[in-house]
Amino acid sequence: MAEMIIDGVAVEFTDEKNLLEVVRKAGIELPTFCYHSELSIYGACRMCMVEVEGRGMVASCSVPPEEGLVVRTNTPKLQRSRRMILELLLANHHRDCTTCEKSGACKLQDLAQRMGVRQVRFGYREKMLPIDTSSPAIVRDPNKCILCGDCVRVCSEVQGIGVLDFANRGSEAVVSPAFGKNLADVDCVNCGQCVSVCPTGALVVRSEIQDVFEALNDPEKVVVAQIAPAVRVAIGEEFGLEPGQVAMGQMVASLKKMGFAKVFDTSFAADLTVLEETHEFLERLQKGEKLPQFTSCCPGWVKYAEQYHPELLDQLSSCRSPQQMFGSVAKRFLAKELGVEPQNLVVVSIMPCTAKKFEAKRPEFTNQIDGVKVADVDHVLTTGELARMIKEYGLDFNNLEPESLDMPFGLSSGAGMIFGNSGGVAEAVLRAASEMATGQSSLQVNFSEVRGLEGIREAEVDVAGTKVRLAVVHSLSNVKELLKKLAAGEVAYDLIEVMACPGGCIGGGGQPIPNDTNARAKRRKGLYSVDRQQTLRKSQDNPLLKNLYNKYLKEPGGELSHQLLHTEYGTRRRIAGEEINLVTNNGKSKVEVAVCVGTCCYLGGSYNTLQELLRRVKEEGLQERVDVRATFCLENCAGSPSVQIGDEVIGGSDPSSVDKLMEKIKGKLQ
Amino acid sequence: MKLDRSSLAALRQEGKDKLKTKKRVLVCAGTGCVANGSLAIYNRLCELVKEQGLAVEVIAQREDGIDVAKSGCHGFCEMGPLVRIEPVGILYTKVKLEDVEEIVESSLKGDEIVERLIYHHPVTKESYAKEEDIPFYKKQHRYSLSECGNIDPDDLLEYLAHGGYEALEKALFEMKPEDVIEEVTTSGLRGRGGGGFPTGRKWQFARAAEGSPKYIICNGDEGDPGAFMDRSLMEGDPHRLIEGMLIAAYAIGASEGYIYVRAEYPLAVKRLRKAIADAEERGLLGEDILGSGFSFNLKIKEGAGAFVCGEESALIASIEGERGMPRPKPPFPANKGLWGKPTIINNVETFVNVPLIIRDGAEEFRKLGTEKSPGTKTFAITGQVANTGLIEVPMGTTLREVVYEIGGGLRGGKEFKAVQIGGPSGGCLTAEHLDLPLDFDSLAKAGAMIGSGGMVVMDQDTCIVEVARFFMNFTQNESCGKCVPCREGTKRMLEILERIVAGEGKEEDLDYLEELGTVIRETSLCGLGKTAPNPVLTTLRYFRDEYLAHVRDKKCPAGECKALAGYWIDPELCRGCSKCARTCPVDAISGKIKEPYVIDEDKCIRCGACKEACPFGAITG
Repeated sequence: MAEMIIDGVAVEFTDEKNLLEVVRKAGIELPTFCYHSELSIYGACRMCMVEVEGRGMVASCSVPPEEGLVVRTNTPKLQRSRRMILELLLANHHRDCTTCEKSGACKLQDLAQRMGVRQVRFGYREKMLPIDTSSPAIVRDPNKCILCGDCVRVCSEVQGIGVLDFANRGSEAVVSPAFGKNLADVDCVNCGQCVSVCPTGALVVRSEIQDVFEALNDPEKVVVAQIAPAVRVAIGEEFGLEPGQVAMGQMVASLKKMGFAKVFDTSFAADLTVLEETHEFLERLQKGEKLPQFTSCCPGWVKYAEQYHPELLDQLSSCRSPQQMFGSVAKRFLAKELGVEPQNLVVVSIMPCTAKKFEAKRPEFTNQIDGVKVADVDHVLTTGELARMIKEYGLDFNNLEPESLDMPFGLSSGAGMIFGNSGGVAEAVLRAASEMATGQSSLQVNFSEVRGLEGIREAEVDVAGTKVRLAVVHSLSNVKELLKKLAAGEVAYDLIEVMACPGGCIGGGGQPIPNDTNARAKRRKGLYSVDRQQTLRKSQDNPLLKNLYNKYLKEPGGELSHQLLHTEYGTRRRIAGEEINLVTNNGKSKVEVAVCVGTCCYLGGSYNTLQELLRRVKEEGLQERVDVRATFCLENCAGSPSVQIGDEVIGGSDPSSVDKLMEKIKGKLQ
Repeated sequence: MKLDRSSLAALRQEGKDKLKTKKRVLVCAGTGCVANGSLAIYNRLCELVKEQGLAVEVIAQREDGIDVAKSGCHGFCEMGPLVRIEPVGILYTKVKLEDVEEIVESSLKGDEIVERLIYHHPVTKESYAKEEDIPFYKKQHRYSLSECGNIDPDDLLEYLAHGGYEALEKALFEMKPEDVIEEVTTSGLRGRGGGGFPTGRKWQFARAAEGSPKYIICNGDEGDPGAFMDRSLMEGDPHRLIEGMLIAAYAIGASEGYIYVRAEYPLAVKRLRKAIADAEERGLLGEDILGSGFSFNLKIKEGAGAFVCGEESALIASIEGERGMPRPKPPFPANKGLWGKPTIINNVETFVNVPLIIRDGAEEFRKLGTEKSPGTKTFAITGQVANTGLIEVPMGTTLREVVYEIGGGLRGGKEFKAVQIGGPSGGCLTAEHLDLPLDFDSLAKAGAMIGSGGMVVMDQDTCIVEVARFFMNFTQNESCGKCVPCREGTKRMLEILERIVAGEGKEEDLDYLEELGTVIRETSLCGLGKTAPNPVLTTLRYFRDEYLAHVRDKKCPAGECKALAGYWIDPELCRGCSKCARTCPVDAISGKIKEPYVIDEDKCIRCGACKEACPFGAITG
């Protein structure tokens, strides 16, 4: 074991990745903005600088630990620098701290306080940039951004998307989606991981608290809640409890105190999902089609697939997510049972997730019920938002007398609970599959092969005599990698469980901060222990579910199930954008040609098609009669590369098809 | 045709034969001269020479003919377009299109000198016909620039005839890679890009580093305002750069290389492309070079115009297709550089020195310059100096020699005030530093740095605060915005400087500048930020009084800051009518009727009433 001297004390170190980790291990909490152990080293905030004998001031995040280093962490020079950096950041920061969403949880505020910054001598932020409120999940305020790049890296490194990046130079530098567009107009999947890492109020969850309070205060409305599995092991963190500590009883009690008429468990809907999805899977397995089947509970993943993998949409389970199954059932059956008009029953979801806000607003989940347009889920609150409501209401969360969930959706199996963990859906399906296939009960409950922390996990399980190959994957960057392998034929599976966030829903973008490896590990453990303590471990054993099927739905995969519990997916363009005119005529009758240069088509050679088409149009003197445009996404990604001639979208338009395309164009001209 | 050693020797001889012309006219085709119309001059010369049957087409018979060629930069850009007649070495300056016929008649057909086109010293009035006699060149030692201006950069043969690729042959066939590194280490060559890191040591690290392939990168992203040393080298002697990179590649075991050139240098890019294509065609680049078994491929990457891409890790990011932002070090490029592989990045001038060191030996190189900074250094000298242009002097030459002997002193005989050396990253030196030897360590001690070698000379009429503001504005605009001190700190320093030149500065602003400057220097991520405060910190150190005059007395001693300019009566225009004195609310104007009046600056409150009142327009301000 090697040793170094930190502030005069010998400190042992082993495999710490950098000097910063060693200093923190030694009990000195060096301040940082841009350091996250799960992200790449960025080295921009300069707060973690230390003095190393013989080297002067160095950023400890980017120095590998070495035997014999003599390190000082709090010299006057270092303290002065830290204060100056904070002062500079504050000078350019929109300092509306007293009313800021992040006040009290803001790292900038916290460090300025800790480092004793008592004045800002260098002016104020002069130029206010517009706040982006376009997204249903996330609000982005560039005036509070300190350009630490955490969001940029989490989005590209953990999620493999890269919605955000830096633009402009010097003091004009900003973090922004491509082309300065709003979040809603780009390929953001609303996972909220950027919110989890943002040290300031630059990225916050779009709050629906006021809407919920309004509904609670509206005498015409009956407000019910559904609580997702991963919330119960995290909400306590907001009130000083350890991550993983289950606080379901207090949560129910507080919701009741605030005026919720009924409080239910999304895990119940998860059980419903298990039955539907297992039924669907067994059917596909039997027919040998649409495999591997991908799970579809995660709205971040669903949007990702719609944007990047139109060719896989058929393989996604057509099951709605538990949140939406619950909403659908509640608005149709619960309303009846409670004697409330569907439009007066307000369904509020308490979710660990920001993407659920987007999911609830998907147009296919707002439908006519008895001639009135009703959304299945009205509002989605994150774990963090619920905690804020409880605080606003003035409840002493930890000392509330725990209350139990309401019927008829208040009982669920352990299988429904572990949905919140990566691997949980797969395990729940496995607990059901054999029994549903054979009709005989099985003793096996735990499928520990699908549990774990690795980004991609594989297992092979016997289901009624058939070997089923499973993969469990979380974090979209891992998904990207897995899909690449799948496409290359390097791997083959029958069922793939996908969760967009690290660790699954327990690490969702709506969870309390810090939302790091440590917190996630404890929450995960918490959920598995909840499962172990359940008498009911398997979804198919849930008696309430049996009631629901007997009374209304009849059977998994049945007609009504299909109508109410399943859905469809469609290709989705990644960026809202105008077309770019390349050849324009002047008024004569003409044919409009649009060549898609979105990613799928581009990779399929559409750029060459475009070039060739332009050349041919020019060569044949048709510039006056043919408008050629490059466009982003004709939403025919599965048939890429695509070209639109007039109203007709023609797939498979690779460069070799230009002759045919020209003929078609000339045909239209006549 | 791919060459081996014997066919290379034959080709070299062919080049030598080609150059054995009776007369040779070289028209400078550096960017400066091209901008002043040298290409038209070149074309006209070609026409006339051809028309009059002076040129003989077949190369072997050229001994009887006259060869017209384009050359790289001579450095004397102030006097361009330049035309040189060889073998005599006559240099014609400020040549115009209409002078061409006379040149052909007198100097090509005959051996006369066109008196009015040769250089006339503006102060001594002496005239000089030969390039080497001109004082601008006398004190110089054109070492890395030796062929710049002498050869046609587009012609591989000419480079070969001047001993080109001899060093490569020597390295490939007579030396082991370790020997090459040893030789470069012994030579004491230090990076010419500004930092002055020992080149041999850098190569050693890269050779020792594990990983494959290894890369060589040439940093040609010269971005300092007014600096054009690297551009001149790339334009004027591209093959020597390629040769230097080849030797480096052989030394560290690299198989691929990039020349990163800023996009604003189209001519350099064009010449480099031609040189690379020629070298590839002849087998001097590519697989199995000269039959040695060593292979090396070279590509050009054009930058997109960011100053920060001159910083090596940002440059690497830029080549990788990422945003040009510096990355934290360690890891250093020698271990983890381009695409995470061992990489060395050297500046253009550094690579250009390498073939000479290998060909002539380290000891020869060490004869130039000082003990700790051997060799020469090129500088781009601009500003209020009589001779601006590109120069090269042995390290250790004093500032006085550069400014007064090569630069010809200050324009209009004005007083020397300061020199900003090393561009926006460098510092300011004053009259007390005139005898300071120009080398890495002496400059660092004085708070400045050689940087890439930009040198801006300032006279008494230059406001030092304005100079500091100018450079701060530059670095602020060019900061990539990644680390806090550079992004936010330079912005605030610039604000303060703008306040001062606008007459709104306070005395405590000087303390803020110092505090900010110190923190930015100590904490910034990359060299851009670490050096950005230098112009301010050095001028504060050497010209504090001038800053104080701005903030305390609200005066700009150099008279450059408009907001601080006082009112002034032009004695030539003043008729002594006394109207101004009668208008002045504070009795600051006095004088005798019918004689010029004078404003007492100490009393003046700059209300401007006098200016409005003056019927003769004699008052300015």
